[in-house]
Amino acid sequence: MAESVLSTTDPRAAGSGTPRWLWLLIGYLVTFGIIAVIWEGSKAIFAIPDYKLPHLAQIVEAFFRPTPKGPTWLILLQDALYTAFEAFVGFTLGSITGFLIAALFQRYAPVRRGFLPYVIASQTVPIIAVAPMIVVGMGSLGAPPWLSKSIIAAYLTFFPVVINVLRGLESVDRDALLLMRSYAATDNQIFRLLRLPASVPYLFTALKISATASIIGAIIGELPVGSTRGIGVQIVVGSQYNTFNPGFLWATILTAALLGMIAYAVVALVERRIVRWKRPEREV
Amino acid sequence: MAEAPIIAIDKVSKIYGNANARTVALQDVSLTIQKGELVSLVGPSGCGKSTLLRLVADLDTPSQGAITINGHAPEQARKQREYGFVFQAPTLYDWRTVERNARLPLEVMGRPADTWQARLDKMLAMVGLRDFHHHYPWQLSGGMQQRASIARALSFDPAILLMDEPFGALDEFTRERMNMELLDIWETTHKTIIFVTHSIAEAVFLSSRIVVMTPRPGRIAATVAVDLPYPRNFETRESPRFFELVTQVRETLKEEFVGHA
Repeated sequence: MAESVLSTTDPRAAGSGTPRWLWLLIGYLVTFGIIAVIWEGSKAIFAIPDYKLPHLAQIVEAFFRPTPKGPTWLILLQDALYTAFEAFVGFTLGSITGFLIAALFQRYAPVRRGFLPYVIASQTVPIIAVAPMIVVGMGSLGAPPWLSKSIIAAYLTFFPVVINVLRGLESVDRDALLLMRSYAATDNQIFRLLRLPASVPYLFTALKISATASIIGAIIGELPVGSTRGIGVQIVVGSQYNTFNPGFLWATILTAALLGMIAYAVVALVERRIVRWKRPEREV
Repeated sequence: MAEAPIIAIDKVSKIYGNANARTVALQDVSLTIQKGELVSLVGPSGCGKSTLLRLVADLDTPSQGAITINGHAPEQARKQREYGFVFQAPTLYDWRTVERNARLPLEVMGRPADTWQARLDKMLAMVGLRDFHHHYPWQLSGGMQQRASIARALSFDPAILLMDEPFGALDEFTRERMNMELLDIWETTHKTIIFVTHSIAEAVFLSSRIVVMTPRPGRIAATVAVDLPYPRNFETRESPRFFELVTQVRETLKEEFVGHA
């Protein structure tokens, strides 16, 4: 579903009389219909109890259930925005770090040989195990509570950026490099005028992955005991009270998923505005 | 000759590989080119014509022998931006418009920005891209892309143009038109041009002199002075002398092949 939101101009749709947005809307409704049929169908056929799989109506209802602090959807929205803020800080931090590491690796091969294994190793560490240490550790240092979540988000963000940007910086055509050599260009000029712009599409591929990963990172940071705000906290609450209020857990999950999709869509929109020089193509 | 040659190639060899797998790309090649000549290097694949061009451009270094350009070593000539290089592929930067591609060397060389526009307008008009300044490469045909790359090579006004099969990927009609345009450019700018091609007809049509090269090992088999008068046009291609010269070059290549079979 996420792909179809962002697919570029479909020539078939553009050629016919029906506007593109209508096709997209029809697509979403049809997909949603299929999911709903499978969901409710399997619930009926396999007699799945509500606490394992609630009715879709129960999820919708959970969004509108009133609480002392207002309707549930408003509470979830506030928590989602808080998580989005943590994720955005982490995403920015991680992307910049990742980019600088990639540039450093591209420029200095020995540095790359020495440190790339550690960069890869960093991602094999189960983040769910490390997250509480970061949260508690940074908390005891007196850092604001959101910062540790942002750090975890950054930790998940920087890796795709390093790998993709490194590839982008090296993806340069041989003759394009020789051309620069024929102008007696300096290494800095080659970086600025050739490698950097050539890596931009790779950067955006990474940023799309990182955008969703940063949301996941922030949520993981909110799971340990002691967190008070964020959609991750609501997910924990939802799973604890699932038997009493089966729709609520799914409402929190749906909110988190929506957040990830919005993050992806924002990056894809920025990409479309910046990378205007590319031949239009149908992409996911 | 009275004047010193602009390019002098003296007993140049280029050997690739190691002791186990040696390829002699060029063996003992000597050639001098005078200012304002349009010299074609013609021959089948593997005859070392592109290698020779890259040695002149200092994009590669010879194993033996010496090359001088305007009295300089190739490296110094490159650093003094004495030549423009045109590749077989247009090698335009996708993220730059035609105009911004053509001005790339001016940016790299730090030429004063207030002189760019006039120069670019002139060069893009010369290659017939007057109305395409702000198009991106993907919006252009192959021929137009190659025109843009020629404008780029001319933008900083080098004395020498090195062209490595620039029209090799184009269809016959486009290629013939580009040949005419290149001759126009040559006649207006008085550049010295080395033009690598595997098309005998193209070499005869363009050149003031043809260097015929043969492979295994790459070397010069013959040089043929082309006495067809300039300006050349479509009638040139149909003149008896044109066919005689094409035949003469072809015979040279054939003899060499038979001799080495």
